[in-house]
Amino acid sequence: MQITPELMLFGGIASVAAAAAVGVVAFNNAVRSALCLVLNFFILAFIYFTLNAEMLGIMQIVVYTGAIMVLFLFVIMLLNLGAPQMLRDRDDPKTFAGIALSVLLFALLGSQLLPAFLTVTQPGAPKDFGAPQNLGRVLFTNYVIPFEAVSVLLLVGVVGSILLAKRKI
Amino acid sequence: MNGVPLAAYLALGLFMFTTGVVGVIIRRNPIVIFMCVELMLNAVNLTFLSFARYQFAAPVGLSEANGNINGQAVMGGQAMVVFVMAVAAAEVAVGLGIIMAIFRLRKEIDIDDMNLLRG
Amino acid sequence: MTWLEANPVLAAIIRVALWVFPVLLAVPPMIWYERRLLSWMQDRIGPNRTGNITFSRSSRWVPGFLKGKKFGLKGVVQPLADGLKLIIKEDITPGSVDRFIYLVAPALALFPSFALGATIPWGPFKGLTPVADVNIGVLWILAISSLGVYGVVLSGYASNNKYSLLGGLRSSAQLISYELGMSMALAAICLATGSLKPTDIVEAQTGPLWGIVPGLANWNLFTPYGFVAGIIFFVCMVAETNRAPFDLPEAENELVAGYHTEYSSMRFAVFFMGEYAAMFVYSVIFSTVFLGGYHMLPINWQSLGEIAPGLSWVTNAMQNVDFWLSPVWLVGKAFALVTVYVWLRATLPRLRYDQLMSLGWKSLLPLATINTMVVALWMVVSRVYSPIAGVVAGLFGFGILYLLYRALNNVGIDRNKFLTSREIDLVDVPRSVA
Repeated sequence: MQITPELMLFGGIASVAAAAAVGVVAFNNAVRSALCLVLNFFILAFIYFTLNAEMLGIMQIVVYTGAIMVLFLFVIMLLNLGAPQMLRDRDDPKTFAGIALSVLLFALLGSQLLPAFLTVTQPGAPKDFGAPQNLGRVLFTNYVIPFEAVSVLLLVGVVGSILLAKRKI
Repeated sequence: MNGVPLAAYLALGLFMFTTGVVGVIIRRNPIVIFMCVELMLNAVNLTFLSFARYQFAAPVGLSEANGNINGQAVMGGQAMVVFVMAVAAAEVAVGLGIIMAIFRLRKEIDIDDMNLLRG
Repeated sequence: MTWLEANPVLAAIIRVALWVFPVLLAVPPMIWYERRLLSWMQDRIGPNRTGNITFSRSSRWVPGFLKGKKFGLKGVVQPLADGLKLIIKEDITPGSVDRFIYLVAPALALFPSFALGATIPWGPFKGLTPVADVNIGVLWILAISSLGVYGVVLSGYASNNKYSLLGGLRSSAQLISYELGMSMALAAICLATGSLKPTDIVEAQTGPLWGIVPGLANWNLFTPYGFVAGIIFFVCMVAETNRAPFDLPEAENELVAGYHTEYSSMRFAVFFMGEYAAMFVYSVIFSTVFLGGYHMLPINWQSLGEIAPGLSWVTNAMQNVDFWLSPVWLVGKAFALVTVYVWLRATLPRLRYDQLMSLGWKSLLPLATINTMVVALWMVVSRVYSPIAGVVAGLFGFGILYLLYRALNNVGIDRNKFLTSREIDLVDVPRSVA
């Protein structure tokens, strides 16, 4: 495996994303967890840009970072869960067991998957792979039924969340 | 990118996924658990997208005879990511509504204490 | 421009500098312009004392021709004086705030204002502008404007002040509501243009007006769908930058407390610099998408030269003026829009919160969606059948959708509410300790 400038760039970006992911789990304060997740999603959008999937990268910023995480922050702040003394996770044997089992999971999956793909360094998809025109064409021709089903799902989500949030119906 | 092995993207995706698993097991705040589930979904998105980009093997069963042009078969990974994003958005909206309703009722959130359905 | 292609990294840095520094430099003139124009509209004189020099009448150090002369600067130095005052003011940090978020929130509020215009071309010079000519240019604007919510929410949270938090949450609810109207308005324009790149949108606006009139340019604001989309986009733009009549976050400063009440001196200056820069950049975006971008007038000089060959020297000269002075025209259009911003602030009263939210969700978003659907219908029918059939189908579709919108708006209104309502409370007070 050669160390190319692209690999170093990717390593820099990916280490920030990985640190942010650890930060989500590690912080006791729920607001800091949420902010680490925002950073993770933002960096992930740039990783999608390096994968030439620009439409999905910008959708990641608009949908995940710009809407879903704002919703998380709203709920955390409205429920006033930011104060760390409100919920302190006790010293649990679960913590150690959880981390140990996850390391085991990483080792198990990683040892089987990663060595096989270390030699695949040339992307095979065409250059305009992530262009909005191509993604739109595929969504409206090959995958139109899941597309319409997802729109019904989003309608159900809207109606459900409004109903849950009302105090009187 | 050119020059970055596929294993690097997969390693990042796997790391994010296992971090999410740790979070779901360890944390007791349901909102943080929810955020770790979102982290896992994003790791899966990254994996789908990197496989779709690298295309290390020809897609099987999607030949021109079946009416699928090979170029369009490439886009399956991206379409999957679109649907995962949409489903995650709907899930977050409804899930946070449920959490807020529970909080309004019980005035405290601790996932170890929510055991009303325990037999 | 081949050396630009030779070092892409250096070229990128130059493009960024060519965008960021002019936007930074545009902020102080905007502050002065707003204060003078606002005060003129309110029948008073704005700041005109700063930097005035009156030479003494009797001192022997003053040369003869300067004795007693007054040099007025009409208050142009006022923003500089404001900045200097804010810099040397005491920086108070409340004790029990969340340190890191308190320090980062103003920067988070400032960054989207500059990053918004990264895909907007300020001239027809390829390689120098825009900062990034990606396939998804217009979506970048929507993405960065949705990141603008974080500065508001986090500054309200970090102030450790209940009223700041509620002010911040209210303001961010306003921001995310009006983002949707903006997205739908831009979607209609992108559908009609066929591309998401602002460079392509500016290119498409040089064609003949409505596709048929040869001499005039097809600026999007003069097309029927573009007019509706432009109005919606303008209203949403005013709401996104928290300007009057949507300035409830700033009004809460007077009434209770806003999200930046605990920020003093330079941090407060950063917030307001971000607001003015956002105003300017949004005006630039509006000019690019709806007003034809960096072109001078809605006249296509080249086709005019082909129609009337006798005026060819005029049209050639005008084409050169149009090309080389492109940034000037764009900034001029942006300042015209800033004038409209200030005009709205001087004229309209502030909207109450529920009026604001109902305007965004119940009026602008349905109207923008109807507009997008009509554009889609028009495009499909005019491609499959003929342009005339397309226009007819568009009008027909608009009629049906508008009637549907009116019907849906009247659905929930119960005229006999007192007689027929029975309220069910979803929150049960527990009878015993559960």
